[in-house]
Amino acid sequence: MRIEKRLHDSKVMLYASPLLALLLTLLSGALMFALLGRAPLHSLYIFFIAPVSELYGLSELVVKVTPLLLCAIGLTLCFKAKIWNIGAEGQFVFAAMIGGAVSLQLAESQGFWVLPTVIISGALAGMAWAAIAALLLTRFGANEILTTIMLNYIAVNLLLWGVHGPLKDPNGMNFPESALFAAQTMLPVLFDDYRVTIAILIALFMLVVIWVLLGRTLLGFQLRVMGENRNAARFAGFKSNALIWFVLLFSGAMAGLAAVSEINGPVGQLISTLSLGYGYAAIIVVFMGRMHPLGILLASFLLGLTYLGGEMSQMELELPKSITGLFQGMLLFYLLACDLLIGYRVVFSNRTLGKHPAIAAAVSTPPVSQ
Amino acid sequence: MRLGHLFKLAAATIFCCATAVNAAPLKVGFVYVSPIGDAGWTYQHDEARKIVQKEFGDKIETTFVESVAEGADAERVIRNMASHGYDLIFTTSFGYMNPTIKVAKMYPKVKFEHATGYKIENNMGNYQARDYQGRYLAGMVAGAMSKSGTIGYVGAFPIPEVIRGINAYMLGAQATNPAIKMKVVWVNSWHDPAKEREAAESLMLQGADVLTMHTDSAAVVQAAAAKNVYAVGFNSDMSAYGPKIHLTSSVQHWESIYRTKIQAVINGTWKADAVWDGLKEGVVALSPINPVVPKPVVAKVEQYKAEIIAGKRDVYQGPIYKQDGTLAVAQGKALTDAELPKIDWYVKGIEGNVPK
Repeated sequence: MRIEKRLHDSKVMLYASPLLALLLTLLSGALMFALLGRAPLHSLYIFFIAPVSELYGLSELVVKVTPLLLCAIGLTLCFKAKIWNIGAEGQFVFAAMIGGAVSLQLAESQGFWVLPTVIISGALAGMAWAAIAALLLTRFGANEILTTIMLNYIAVNLLLWGVHGPLKDPNGMNFPESALFAAQTMLPVLFDDYRVTIAILIALFMLVVIWVLLGRTLLGFQLRVMGENRNAARFAGFKSNALIWFVLLFSGAMAGLAAVSEINGPVGQLISTLSLGYGYAAIIVVFMGRMHPLGILLASFLLGLTYLGGEMSQMELELPKSITGLFQGMLLFYLLACDLLIGYRVVFSNRTLGKHPAIAAAVSTPPVSQ
Repeated sequence: MRLGHLFKLAAATIFCCATAVNAAPLKVGFVYVSPIGDAGWTYQHDEARKIVQKEFGDKIETTFVESVAEGADAERVIRNMASHGYDLIFTTSFGYMNPTIKVAKMYPKVKFEHATGYKIENNMGNYQARDYQGRYLAGMVAGAMSKSGTIGYVGAFPIPEVIRGINAYMLGAQATNPAIKMKVVWVNSWHDPAKEREAAESLMLQGADVLTMHTDSAAVVQAAAAKNVYAVGFNSDMSAYGPKIHLTSSVQHWESIYRTKIQAVINGTWKADAVWDGLKEGVVALSPINPVVPKPVVAKVEQYKAEIIAGKRDVYQGPIYKQDGTLAVAQGKALTDAELPKIDWYVKGIEGNVPK
C-alpha cells in the first residue's frame, strides 16, 4: 500500500473529504465516549442531536451561527483572492464598540431610522478597522496576516478601555459593562420567545450575494484569478489594489454586521468579554466549507453545533467542557488528513498503476522536455 | 404570523412538560465561569456542590456547566436548565446577572440565585462572600513577611468586589507593617493563567516579595513558587502549588449558603433575598498558616479574627485614608453594607490609580 499523486485533483474527493472527515470524527468520538465509560451512541445523540431536538435548541443554533456565518461570508471573498485576513475578530470587536456606542447614544431617540443607523454604523466601523490593514498592504506592502492579527489585539484593548471608561454604565457600580441597550436599538426577533433576530436573514441574503458575485460576475472572476495567480491578474490588467481594498472592506463590513447581530441581539449591552473568537472560528468555517457559500453555511452549522453539544454533554453526561474542543480538533484534523486524498490517492498494490490509461500512457512514452 | 403561533405552541408544550417533571428529586443546576480545575473560584463552588449533593442524597440532583462565557452563551445555558425541569439554578459569576434576570422573567416558577451581583427579582436572589474579611487577615500575614516593604496584587477587573479585597488586604498589611507599599496589576480576565503568570512576574520584577491575586487560577502562586517568593492564595487553599512559599489563603466555603437555599426550596420557604456571609458564618475562612510565619504574627491574626467574628472589629473601620490623604472613613465609624458595594478608591499606600 502506498500513496501516489493524482494527475488531476479529484473532484469527488473535494466534496467527499469533508463527509469522510465527519464520519471519522463520529467514529473517533464514539470510541472516546466508550473509553470514558459512556454509552457511545447515546453520547453522540446527546452531543449532536439532543441540542437541536427541540425548537428552542434549533433557534439557539441559529443564534450561535449568525455571527459565525457573517464573519465567514466576508472571509470567503478575502481567502478566494488569497488575501489572508485574520482580522475578522478585531473588526468584530471594534464594530461592537462603535455600534454599541451609537446604540447607547440613541437610547432616547425614536423613529424608523434608529435601527438602520445602528446597523450601518457597525458595518462602517468594521470597514474602518479593515481599512487600516488595506492601507498598510496597498501603500506599504505590509503583510496583511501580521497587521490584521496585531489589529485584533488593539481592538480588544480598545473595547476594554471603552467598557471601563466612557461606555461604562453610570449606574453600574463601576462594573465593566455598558447600560442595557434601549428596545428601539435592538434587532427585532423573528419569533416571540426565541432569540433569533433578523440578522440571520441578512446573513442568508449576503450569502446569496457572494454566491452570485463569485460565480456570475466579472468582479468575482477577477478575485478568483488574483487568488490563483497574482501576476496573471496583473498582466490581465486587473487593478489588484482596488480588489484588495474591496475584499478587505467587504469582510470588515460583514464582521461589523456580525458584531451588531451579537450585541444588538442576544447580548443587549457591551461587556468586556464580548469576543468569543467568532472571527477566528470563522476561518475554520471557511476552510471546512471549501470557500463555497453552501459549504460555509453547512460548516458554520456544524461548528455551532459543537458548542451547543458541549454544553449539553456537560449537563447530561457530566463530561468537561473540553469535549467541545476535542470534537472541533478532531474535525479539523481529519479534514486536513482527508484533504490529502484530493491531490493523492491510496494504491493498494502495484498492479493498479498500469491499469489507469493515463498513467499507462505516461509510463510507456518517455517524457518530453517542456 | 402563523409560524410564530406554531413556535409559541411548541414552546408552551416544552414548558408544560418541563414543569410537570418536578415530582421526585429537586433538580439543582450550577453555571460556572471557568473550568473547575484543581483550585480556585469555580473549584470552591463545585466542592460545595459535591458536599450538598452528599448531604441531601437522593433528595436532590445536581449538575453543572463549566466555562460558560459571560455573553450570549450564558443565557442559553441558564435557559436550557430552566426549560429542562431544574428547580433551582445557581449562576456563579458577576457577568451572569443580566442573562439570569432575563431567564428568571421567562420562568417565574424556577428559582435563581446569582453570585456577586446587585440586582434582585421576585424569583432571583443573590449571594456573596465577605471575602474582604479573609483578605484582611491574609494581608496581616503578607505585611509581616515582606522584607522589601512592597507586596503585589494581581487583579481581575477593577470592580468594587475586587477593589474591596485589595483595600482590605492593604489595611491588614498595614496592621502588621505600617510602612508597607503595594502594587496592583490588572489582567482583565477572571481566568487566564498565562496572563496571571505574566502579571505575577512583572510584580516580582518591580520588587514585590509577597504576591496574591483576585483571579480564578493558581498561576500566581505557581509563578511565585518558581522564583521562591512568598505568595498568599485566594478562593482555595493553594498550599499544594508551593508548600514552602505559600503563606496562607483566603478561602470560600459556599456549602452553608447552598445548604440553606436548597433546604428553603424543599421546605417551600425560599424567597429572593441578598445573602452576604463572611468569617462568622464560615463562608470565608483562612487556610492553615505556613509555619515560617512568626508565632506573634499568627497570634495577632487569630486575635483579630476572633474580634471580627465577635463583631468587635470591622475591616473598614476608621480612620481610613484614601491615596490622596483625604479621610474616607472617620474615627469611630465603619463602612456600612450599603457603602461597601460602591468602593471605587484605593487606600493610602497602594501605588497607581484605580482604572476608570
